[in-house]
Amino acid sequence: MFNKILIANRGEIAVRIVRACREMGITPVAVYSDADRAALHVRMAAEAYYIGPAPASESYLNIDRILTVAKRCGAEALHPGYGFLSENPDFAEACSIAGIRFIGPSPASMRIMGSKTKARQKMEKSGVPCVPGNSKALQSLEQATQIASHIGFPVMLKAAAGGGGKGMRLVTDPQQLHAALEAAQSEALRAFGNSDVYIEKAILNPRHIEVQILADEHGNTIHLGERECSIQRRHQKVLEESPSPLVDPELRKRMGEAAVRVASAADYTNAGTVEFLVDHDKHFYFLEMNTRLQVEHPVTELVTGLDLVRLQIKIAANEKLSLRQNEVQFRGHAIECRLYAEDPDNHYFPSPGKITLLEETAGPGIRLDTGVYEGWTVPNDYDPLLAKLIGYGQDRDHAISRILRALDEIFVGGIHTNLSLFRKILNDPAFRAGKIDTGYLDRLLTSDARIENHEHAQVAAIAAVLFQDLDPTTTKGENKGRSSGSTTDAHSPESNWKRAARIESSNTETFGTFSS
Amino acid sequence: MIYDVKIGGRNLRIALERNGEELKCELDGAQFQLDARLISPGVLSLILEGATYEVKRDQLRNQTRLWINNTPFIAEITDPRSLAARSRVATITSAKVLASMPGKVLRVMVRAMDQVEVGQALLVLEAMKMQNEIKSPNKGIVKQLMTEGAYVNAGDVLAIVE
Repeated sequence: MFNKILIANRGEIAVRIVRACREMGITPVAVYSDADRAALHVRMAAEAYYIGPAPASESYLNIDRILTVAKRCGAEALHPGYGFLSENPDFAEACSIAGIRFIGPSPASMRIMGSKTKARQKMEKSGVPCVPGNSKALQSLEQATQIASHIGFPVMLKAAAGGGGKGMRLVTDPQQLHAALEAAQSEALRAFGNSDVYIEKAILNPRHIEVQILADEHGNTIHLGERECSIQRRHQKVLEESPSPLVDPELRKRMGEAAVRVASAADYTNAGTVEFLVDHDKHFYFLEMNTRLQVEHPVTELVTGLDLVRLQIKIAANEKLSLRQNEVQFRGHAIECRLYAEDPDNHYFPSPGKITLLEETAGPGIRLDTGVYEGWTVPNDYDPLLAKLIGYGQDRDHAISRILRALDEIFVGGIHTNLSLFRKILNDPAFRAGKIDTGYLDRLLTSDARIENHEHAQVAAIAAVLFQDLDPTTTKGENKGRSSGSTTDAHSPESNWKRAARIESSNTETFGTFSS
Repeated sequence: MIYDVKIGGRNLRIALERNGEELKCELDGAQFQLDARLISPGVLSLILEGATYEVKRDQLRNQTRLWINNTPFIAEITDPRSLAARSRVATITSAKVLASMPGKVLRVMVRAMDQVEVGQALLVLEAMKMQNEIKSPNKGIVKQLMTEGAYVNAGDVLAIVE
């Protein structure tokens, strides 16, 4: 087993990996940019090294800097987390050349799965169901028209090097094809440096269900069941759960076996995720494989009782998988909410800033994987994921009730967060009935007539007064000194009220008040 | 202490009375027993007639938000003054005594053409369930006076003392 692992990541996932290392007696090494010196992952690691300026391209994506640090500190292995360099085969290769074990699949497997068209070709050969379409980059509009009319509209144009919804276009009408193809190609070129676009039959409002797999270096591959990831906004997952309300044991077995076939076809090792689109008739189609640990891995951990990061490290250390497929047991239900620093009232734009107040949550069936703390300033240089709130219960309703309870306990002050979104989803009858697909969240948000809650307005008013009355920083003689232009600390939380009060009193001052 | 609080487009007048540890609160004529503890500068634990509330306070772009069950409220205390608040029910322009909020003239203590001293009680105005004694801003003769039982709006002349 390794003695020291460098974690080439930040935020909650770096903290997650630090914890696994600590539990295994491995020294966890953090790296940090200028923006992250005081970040939680740095505070929790055993060693930490500076790797460059705040922009990710100069720090967390800087292969040379990271490997220099890894070699100098004597790390034997490197965990890439998710995002950043985690799916970069050149990085995995550079690690191997530097004599550092990359905790993940081989560069060759990553290259196959990194190209959607290559992956499709491979899967079609292995008999894994794919969405009807072509597996090669489109050469011309004529070719696109021909394939589209063959598979039938609506069709989806997709970037071969794509991800995150970029370079994707839905085409419902043959006349839109020309413009959509050009738009998708130029978007793909800008986002990925590669304008290759291919075409697929569009599965309208499908479910997005993925299967977790684990493969060791000794030819053993197992699956750990599915995660339902249909709740997405702009192709970004917001809430995930396991098991999927749609998937029965029979479908789980078929999808699981298909996922294992996918992994085997690419000689895949370590942890990976096979994504499928599932239509209303429970037909599933291979979408892509993510060659890394997923953000939403905790829901699988909770329903299987396994520790995926621990298993990743063991696999990288050449250990054999200690369990067979028939030993994987699924128990209960888990749901994950991704807490983002973003503004629900302003199109969910990222809203970084200082967390002035943080009340965390715990208790039965609640897991909080966080990368932040009270007083931490969320940098605007990176993904605004703050933490993941995961609830576990003996069934879906139980898990939902636990998360709703935890959502009442957790509080993040000083920045905007998407916390309110989860209460909306978890209380929604359609979600409760399991009627979800990738169009679900957009429908929920557009139907959302803002309901003003006046129930607690009076309590809030009383609280406003009490905050002022009980706050020791408020001097009782404050108001009398207003003519002298009292200088309240602009950074103190009550300054606005005082300011409002001063403005108000200066307005009436000229008339002269008198007291009883 | 009396506070005017603007919340959700409404104006609420809250009277807070402290007796040692004990707090009494009056809102819209209703009295509440309450117990409040400031847990931290941003967290208030409130027990209001037995019901508990955990109220959080934070600030975002110069706006103070109060959170109850993760629902935000914007509350603005427009007048946190104690003694002055009571008198601001009426404001004075020279010899004119104006009502600064709507209410009812509960009692009239002087008659027209009476000679009054500075600070002498003229009438009692009930506004937001609170009785406020309106006093004369200056020494002089009462030239005009609202009648008992009259309803006044903000800005109405309650009395003129010349």
